[in-house]
Amino acid sequence: MNDEFTGPAIEWARLWPLFAVFGTALVGVAVEAFAPRSARCLIQSSVAGVGLAVALVGTVLVALELPERAGGAARGDVTAGGAVVVDGPTVFLWGLLVVVTVGGLLLFAERRVDAGLPVFAGQASLPPGSTAGPGGPGEPSYEDWEHTEVYPLLVFALGGMMLFCASGDLLTMFVALEILSLPLYLLCGLARRRRLLSQEAAMKYFLLGAFSSGFFVYGMALVYGYAGTLNLAGVAVAVRAGGGQEVLLLVGAAMVMVALLFKVGAVPFHSWTPDVYQGAPTAVTAYMAAATKIAAFGAILRFLYVGLGDARWDWAPLLWVVAILTMLGGVVLAVGQTEIKRLLAYSSIAHTGFLLTGVLGLQASGDLAEGQISSLQAVLFYLATYGVATVGIFAVTTLVRDPGGEAGSVARWTGLGRTSPLVAGAFAVFLLSLAGIPLTAGFVGKWSVFASAAGAGAWPVVAVAITSSIIAVYFYVRHIVTMFFADPPEDAPVVVVPSPLTSVTIAVALIVTVALGVVPGPLLDLAGHAGQFVR
Amino acid sequence: MLTVLIAVPLLGAVLTLLAGRVGIDARSVAIGFAVGTLGLGVAVAALYDYGDAGMQLTQSVEWIGVLGAHYAVGVDGLALVMVMLTVVLVPVVLVAEWHTGEIQHVPGQGEPDGAAPRAAEKGRSASFFAWVLGLEAAALAVFLATDVFLFYVVFEATLIPAYFLVGGFGGAGRAKAATKFLVYQLAGGLVMLASVVGLYVVSAESGPPSYLIGDLAALDIGVEAGRWLFLGFFVAFAVKAPLFPLHTWLADTTAAATPGTSVLLICILDKIGTYGMIRFCLGIFPEASVWATPVVVTLALVSIVYGALLAIGQDDLLRLVGLTSLSHFGFIVLGIFVLTEQGHTGAILYMVNHGVATAALFLVAGFAIRRSGTASIRAMGGMEKTAPVLAGLFLVAGMATLGLPGLAPFVSEFLVMVAAFDYAWYVGAVAVTGIVLAAIYVLWAYQRTMTGPAKGELVRTGDLDRREIGVMVPLVVALVGFGFFPSVLTDVIEPVTGTVIDHVVDGGGEPDDGPVVPAADVQADTQAEGGQR
Repeated sequence: MNDEFTGPAIEWARLWPLFAVFGTALVGVAVEAFAPRSARCLIQSSVAGVGLAVALVGTVLVALELPERAGGAARGDVTAGGAVVVDGPTVFLWGLLVVVTVGGLLLFAERRVDAGLPVFAGQASLPPGSTAGPGGPGEPSYEDWEHTEVYPLLVFALGGMMLFCASGDLLTMFVALEILSLPLYLLCGLARRRRLLSQEAAMKYFLLGAFSSGFFVYGMALVYGYAGTLNLAGVAVAVRAGGGQEVLLLVGAAMVMVALLFKVGAVPFHSWTPDVYQGAPTAVTAYMAAATKIAAFGAILRFLYVGLGDARWDWAPLLWVVAILTMLGGVVLAVGQTEIKRLLAYSSIAHTGFLLTGVLGLQASGDLAEGQISSLQAVLFYLATYGVATVGIFAVTTLVRDPGGEAGSVARWTGLGRTSPLVAGAFAVFLLSLAGIPLTAGFVGKWSVFASAAGAGAWPVVAVAITSSIIAVYFYVRHIVTMFFADPPEDAPVVVVPSPLTSVTIAVALIVTVALGVVPGPLLDLAGHAGQFVR
Repeated sequence: MLTVLIAVPLLGAVLTLLAGRVGIDARSVAIGFAVGTLGLGVAVAALYDYGDAGMQLTQSVEWIGVLGAHYAVGVDGLALVMVMLTVVLVPVVLVAEWHTGEIQHVPGQGEPDGAAPRAAEKGRSASFFAWVLGLEAAALAVFLATDVFLFYVVFEATLIPAYFLVGGFGGAGRAKAATKFLVYQLAGGLVMLASVVGLYVVSAESGPPSYLIGDLAALDIGVEAGRWLFLGFFVAFAVKAPLFPLHTWLADTTAAATPGTSVLLICILDKIGTYGMIRFCLGIFPEASVWATPVVVTLALVSIVYGALLAIGQDDLLRLVGLTSLSHFGFIVLGIFVLTEQGHTGAILYMVNHGVATAALFLVAGFAIRRSGTASIRAMGGMEKTAPVLAGLFLVAGMATLGLPGLAPFVSEFLVMVAAFDYAWYVGAVAVTGIVLAAIYVLWAYQRTMTGPAKGELVRTGDLDRREIGVMVPLVVALVGFGFFPSVLTDVIEPVTGTVIDHVVDGGGEPDDGPVVPAADVQADTQAEGGQR
């Protein structure tokens, strides 16, 4: 017996962007401890910015050096003793996550939209209605200091997400899930305005999230009972070999999927989404809505494709049902919404359904015709279009303000197209992209997932997806009508001119959304070039 | 060449908008570009080789490799007549709507919706003209696209300018009408998206995916798959055309939009529906088209009669004109789906003639409404006396609409009727009632609005001014000219109809005995017609 512990070989050359991100977060914590309060905000945002830049460059460098596998069908390496897999899809998602996080960082640092005050509460513990601070009674929850911990929290969340979509075994996946979730729970509760709503959001998200983590752990244990390993490639081997207690596999996998589907907000695990999206500071919502979905879909794809690819006849029917419920649930519930952020929350649920439609398009590589779009490619592309449009649209919602904060009610946006055509125009473009109108990125994304699902024979799901899109068009268009073809009210909300931080975010998101609609080729090719998962 | 034709109005739209910002007269810029586009359209017609039935002046660049999508344009006889219709109507509409968006600058003329003049409306004139040019660019791209993906993209893209034209510049209920219009059209478009995606899957199964019409027409699509895919395309085009029972957006939209916008919508955009039926439904799914014929013919007959009956009952002049089009589109669809060369020639001719005649009717109705200050037929009357030219032109346009011999629509209606009787006597018999009803709705509307004693304020209204007469001249000339010399158009159209009908008959069998010819034959056939690619 050899019971001497041998550490796994860490391939630093592949993993260093990940370490750079975690390192940045730790530096941020140190800054919080040692830097003077007055300088913290600047230092923190700079540190985070530099860290993200390094991570982005690192991701590109790593991507360029990935070795080819399986005759060019895949590229990448399994590192850290099978715990982390750095392959084509991983680096694609890493790049996407870092870009979205840059957008989030810019929105976090914005302070001009609310009279020079940050979007976050001075202290997480501040009770609702607290009005002490420099602004006097009119300025809620600002106690002469600000929460600069948000920057390290943001970077920690990013690190967790990057690890989440790269994890090669379920244990790493679980740890990553917690790393990404805990900062987000906290960030949700930090809105400076509407504290009660924000704290409620954080509480709900935390309780339900903790519950779903429990599901994950239990499911993981059952899968271990079946396969004797937590490694996804090992699970795949066990599935292919067959035999054993299959009920353990099915129940275990279902429980793991519950946790993952919770993270992406799929029906019936969606109920937290509208409350959290509404209650969290909008900058956090923008970041969370885009990035969590990207990371969690990365994990879903890896779990289903790598671990359970050979058992897809077992999970596909269930996923059909979930996808159909999610799409219909999202759009039907969205129709009645009167709050912008809740509307967008339900729309994001519908988008989860569309993404699941793409996930259903999994086919054995032999079934895929030469040049045909693969489901992985479609989902990766959709995530990019969705992420960019989401950050953009939430960024726009921060600009339209009432005296008490953002003008959340849809009715308050009446006539905005007359008074502020630029803001309303940008919002309309993002809405059109989310609705999937041609010449915006959303259309090509939608086309891709539908085509991959149709290619795999999931016609009923595609039919439901089309029906849902029609319903979705109704509420997106209705909002455009409200903005452009109605007269503004007397006490119309103010549209603030943001600092370059928000402007740049919106402008870049807008340009990317239109560019990906007109020339989606390069990004689609890049997603295709990412190839398959490495086992 | 064709790319330039599409790009010029698009550039014009952008420059018009900019001109509005910096204080140059946006309308002159817009008219300049519209006339320039007209010139380019004439140049295309001059370059076109009338002896060749295939696609000409083609251009094809790969656009999105994975999707098999190309930027591919080309023109054949069908596309050519639609392009000419578009480039002629747009300048006419721009001149006719010269004052749209700045109502307060027109003293002495009624304001249809009674809106108070607002400073914000100053810049709206520029945006109206820009949207019209944008719409023209998108419509031209639709008619010229020879790639299904490109077609789909520009097909949907036409909706955005159309939406803002309806919603931004119409009468009282325009916001609601615009929403209804857009939701209807997008719903139809999404149904078509399912078929577009389906075509990709079928195409990918037999080699590298490609969306070029030529490649798709040569595909061996299974019978069942072909029928489903056909259905997706047909529903979208039936919403567009519009065909009963998917027509309910039509009257609301025409009632709320400005007459000029209605011309663009009904006379140009809706033609995309019937154009698409010929190009895509028949071109790619010949077997399914033959299969669907009985149902489609029935729907067309219902549209003819139902549209005419609805039109008779209308009190709103613009709704009336809109609903006459439902009847006319019934005729066009009937002509297409009887699947004979004669029917097709008639249908395509009908598309052009209906475009001209209905444009004339809409614009005259618009002039009448501007004078009377109401769209209600009941509130009008006696305009013959105060505005004889207006009344005369209304009569000419109306007579064209009801198919008076000597005016253009008569020829096309006649061809479609003959083809309908050839198809089955009872089909022809039902279609004939549409013509009788047309006489009722036109003449009765004329009687109520133009004859009799002048009502109330109408006594003081003036006749058409020079601008308005100038707008009508080209339309009336076209109506009379094509009425006496239809061969100008039929010579262009006939080679195309021959090709399409051959394709359908080869691919789908005779409508009567209907055996499915093996795909190999279809393939050989399309290769023989190499020009199609």
